[in-house]
Amino acid sequence: MKIQGSEALIKCLLEEDVDIIYGYPGGAIMPVYDSLYYYQEQLNHILVRHEQGATHAAQGYARSSGKVGVAIATSGPGATNLITGIADAQIDSTPLVCITGQVASNLLGSDAFQETDIIGISTPITKWNYQITKASEIPKILAKAFFIAKSGRPGPVLIDITKDAQFELMDFSYSKHQNLRSYNPDPKPQLNTIDNAVELINSAKKPFIVFGQGVILGNAEVEFKNFIEKSGIPSAWTILGLSALPTDHYLNVGMVGMHGNYGPNVLTNECDLLLAIGMRFDDRVTGNLDYYAKQAQIIHFEIDPAEIDKNVIADVAILGNIKQTLPKVTQKINNNNHKKWLGKFRELNQIEYSKVIKNDLYPSKQKLSMGEVINEINLATNGEAIIVTDVGQHQMVACRYSKFNQSKSSITSGGLGTMGFALPAAIGAKMGAPSREVIAIIGDGGFQMTIQELGTIFQTGVPIKIVVLNNDFLGMVRQWQQLFFDSRYASTEMINPDFVAIAKGYFIESSKVSKREYLKERIHKMVKSTKPYFLEVIVEKEENVFPMIPTGESVSNIRLN
Amino acid sequence: MKDKEKYTVSIYAENNIGLLNRISAIFLKRHLNIDSINSSPSEINDIYRFVIVVTVKENLIRKVISQIEKQIEVIAAFYHTDQETIFQESALYKVKSKSLFEERHIQNIIKNSHAKIVTVSPKFFVIEKTGFREDTEKLYNDLAPYGLLQFVRSGRISVTKEPMKITEILNKSYIK
Ligand SMILES: Cc1ncc(C[n+]2csc(CCOP(=O)(O)OP(=O)(O)O)c2C)c(N)n1
Repeated sequence: MKIQGSEALIKCLLEEDVDIIYGYPGGAIMPVYDSLYYYQEQLNHILVRHEQGATHAAQGYARSSGKVGVAIATSGPGATNLITGIADAQIDSTPLVCITGQVASNLLGSDAFQETDIIGISTPITKWNYQITKASEIPKILAKAFFIAKSGRPGPVLIDITKDAQFELMDFSYSKHQNLRSYNPDPKPQLNTIDNAVELINSAKKPFIVFGQGVILGNAEVEFKNFIEKSGIPSAWTILGLSALPTDHYLNVGMVGMHGNYGPNVLTNECDLLLAIGMRFDDRVTGNLDYYAKQAQIIHFEIDPAEIDKNVIADVAILGNIKQTLPKVTQKINNNNHKKWLGKFRELNQIEYSKVIKNDLYPSKQKLSMGEVINEINLATNGEAIIVTDVGQHQMVACRYSKFNQSKSSITSGGLGTMGFALPAAIGAKMGAPSREVIAIIGDGGFQMTIQELGTIFQTGVPIKIVVLNNDFLGMVRQWQQLFFDSRYASTEMINPDFVAIAKGYFIESSKVSKREYLKERIHKMVKSTKPYFLEVIVEKEENVFPMIPTGESVSNIRLN
Repeated sequence: MKDKEKYTVSIYAENNIGLLNRISAIFLKRHLNIDSINSSPSEINDIYRFVIVVTVKENLIRKVISQIEKQIEVIAAFYHTDQETIFQESALYKVKSKSLFEERHIQNIIKNSHAKIVTVSPKFFVIEKTGFREDTEKLYNDLAPYGLLQFVRSGRISVTKEPMKITEILNKSYIK
C-alpha cells in the first residue's frame, strides 16, 4: 500500500524510537502536521511558542536522555528561527534531527512565498544536511540523518523536505543506516599510542586531568571513574563536562576556564602531564594559548580527529570513543595516588574559599547573592536535580556551586553561550528525564529572550521549576563594563516587568523573594511542588563573578577579585 | 613558525549537491582566500576530486584538511606543495582574425609559446595554452597589445608525484 511522504516521515521517526518532537506548523510543513494528527498516540508533538524554542527543547531532551532530539518547522521564517539552536547544538555536539518544510520543488530558486535557502544557511552549522525532493528518498535519508546525528561526535542534522515530496505517494520500507564509506564515526586507536600514554602516566609526578562532555556523550562515566581512581589523578571539568563526575568525588578538583576554580587553573601551568579527556581546548578553557601548560606533556583522548592539534599540540593523541580507549589505558597503568599533588589543589581551594566562595555562599551583605540561592537549591534537592542554566553570571555561579550526584545533570549552552537557551531546554530536559527534578536557573535578561515558552509550559503542564535571578542588569556584560570599560554601563541596565505577574498570566504558580529569611522556605516550596513553578529571586545588582581569567591572559593570571 | 606557502589541496568526495558549499565554508570561516578551485571526476568511479589552491601556513592547512575530512561526504583530503605535484592550468585567448594576418609578429608569438590554435573563423581565432601560471601569463602579456577579445584561465589541476593513498583508504574502508 502506498502512503504519503509526510506519513512516511512519521513512520521513520517511530522506527528511530522517537516519541516526542518539538515544533511549530506552517504552510510548507502542513502535510506532515496532517499526518501527525493520525499518530498522536505514538508521537507526542510539543507545540512551542517560537521555533528557537523547538531546537533548544530538543537539545534539552537530547542531553538529559542521551537520545536524538527532533525539531520540526515550516519553511522560510520557521526554518530560520531554528538557526540559533542548530548552531548551539553544533558547537556543543548535541544530536538533533531538524526537519523543515520547503516550497514545492518546481518553485525552488524562484523566491517563492516563504522560500529560504535553508540548506545554504545551515551548511556551516550542521554536521550534515540534505534537501529531499522526492518522497521515495525519505526513509533512506531519515535513516542516514539519525545515524549521522548520533554517531561519532554527535551533532545536528537538518533535513529540508519540499512540499510536493510530502504529498507524493510511495512504498514504505525502513532499515536503519549502518555505515557510510566516507564517514568513520568510530576511529580505532593505534595501540602504540596507548602504550605511550601508559608510560607517561606511570612516570608522571604531577599529572592532571581536564575532562569534557566526551565522557558524557561516550557514556563513559564508569570507565572514566575507574581510570582516575586507579591512577589517582586530580580531575577538573570543563563546563560541558560538569556532572560526569560527582561533585563530592575526592578527585574532583573543580572547573577549569574563565570562571573556573583557582586551583585547577593555576595548576594547569604546574602539572607535568596534562590529560585532556573528551574536551577540545576551547579558548574559554585555555586562556592565552602561548602560556597554556607549556611545561607539560599532553595526552589528548578525543573522538574527533579534527580536534587533535587544533588548539593545543598533543604529545600523544588517542583517537576514539573514550568508552573504548580509556579502559585499555586503565588496564595497563599502575595503581597510584598523588596525595601531595592533590593536596596542592586543596590548598589553593582554601585560598579560593576564603577569598571568594565563603562570601558567595554565606554573604554578609543584606542583599541575596546568586551563590546562596544555588546553595539553598543544593540543600533542597540533595544534588539530585538536573540544573539547566542560561548564559551570564548566574550560569557561572550555578555551574560553580551546584552539586551533582549523577551524570547528565547539568545542561547549559557552553560553546555558543546562547541567552534564551535555558527555559526551552528545561522543558525538553524534563521530558527526556521525567522522573528527575528539573530546575532552570536564568537571568532576567535571558529569561526575556524566550519568555514566550511559558506558554508551552502552561499548555503541556511540564513540571519544571524556573528560578530567575534578577539583578536588573545584563549582569555579565555589566561586570565586563565595570572591569574593562571603566564602569561605563552602556545599555546593560534593564527596566524589568513584573515577572511574577507574567508567570501568573500563564497560570503558573509563582512567587518572588528578596529576603534571606524567606529564601529557604520558598525554594523548598518550589522543589516540593509537583507542578510548574516560577520563582523570582531579587539578588544583589552589582555582584561580580570571580575567579576570572581576563580574555587574552594566561590561566595562571586568574584573578580572585 | 614557517611562512605562508602555496598548497594544493586534493579532496576525494562523494558527488553531493552542496558539498562544494560545505568545503568553501571552511575556508570562509577562517577568512582564507581560495586561489583557484577545480572539480572533476577522479580516477575512481563515482568519486569526485576537488583541487583547491591556497596560500597559507602549513600548520593552518593541516587544520583545514582535518576539518574538510570531517565533512560527512568527504572520503579523504590531502595537501601538497608545488614540488610534490605536477600541475597545470589551461587558458583560452580569443583574438580578432584580422590581427593574425595583418600583424606578422603574432604568428611568431604563437609559435614560440607552443600554444595551440583551436579555432579560426573569419572574425576571430582562439588559442589554447596549457602550462604553468607564468606561461599562460606571458602569452597573455604578449598578446594583449594586439587586443584580446576574451581571456579565461582554468583552476589548477594537479596530480601528485607520490601515489595517493585513496584506493587504500577505500579498500580498508570504514565499512565494518
Ligand atoms: C543571544 C545572546 N545575546 C547576547 C549575549 C551576550 N551576553 C552574554 S551574558 C549577557 C548578560 C546576561 O544577562 P542576564 O540574562 O540578566 O544574566 P546575568 O549575567 O545578569 O546573570 C549578555 C548580554 C549572549 N550571550 N547571547
